[in-house]
Amino acid sequence: MNIKKKKDGNTLTVMIAGRIDTATAPEVDARINESLDGVESLILDFTNVNYVSSAGLRVLLVLQKLMMKKGGMKLIGVNDDVNDVFEVTGFDEILTYEKG
Amino acid sequence: MKELKVEAAVKNIEVVTDFVNAELERLNCPPKVRTQISIAIDEMFGNIARYAYTPNVGNAAVCFEVQENPLSVIITFIDNGKPFNPLEQTHIDTTAPVEKRGIGGLGIFLVKETMDMVEYEYKEGQNILTIKKNLV
Repeated sequence: MNIKKKKDGNTLTVMIAGRIDTATAPEVDARINESLDGVESLILDFTNVNYVSSAGLRVLLVLQKLMMKKGGMKLIGVNDDVNDVFEVTGFDEILTYEKG
Repeated sequence: MKELKVEAAVKNIEVVTDFVNAELERLNCPPKVRTQISIAIDEMFGNIARYAYTPNVGNAAVCFEVQENPLSVIITFIDNGKPFNPLEQTHIDTTAPVEKRGIGGLGIFLVKETMDMVEYEYKEGQNILTIKKNLV
């Protein structure tokens, strides 16, 4: 699990590498939340995310609810395995994302 | 049949995943199926690690079996913790708008959707959770 962040004005881009599961989701959640002050646009770069379990979906749902009020959130570079999880759980309907 | 016995702790999800993946590699398991099984392990063993023995600690066993015709794997998770049937989680609505979305039950839902069989049994003081996945 590796997380890199880049802030440009009120846009925060977070590049996540690895899997977002029970063990890593708390860290992903904490690292993103500590940088959200003044952020109106959150971009999550999933290019190097292998897969997401329900622990990762929980983090994404909370962020989506929060960012809806502040501006918006978008995922980019989503691979087929992550997309499958989104489709099975109906998260494809509530998240804005681009497949990579 | 192969068996792994470890402490039911979040840090051991990776140990269990590596144990199963090593077996799946030998079977030339397709990458997509391997990911689905890794997610199922995170949901199932993660549940045991977080809830089965809290606030105490305990062990869990993971058994790996292979069946032929069609080629499939059976993974069984056994713990001696509190009786808990994850299959009894309430139905989740995958079409609700984001404001009304809850997260409870999503993990087991995901496992039910991606595995070919999920079974739970409580027997002689043990939670026995079995998942089966066809590899072809």
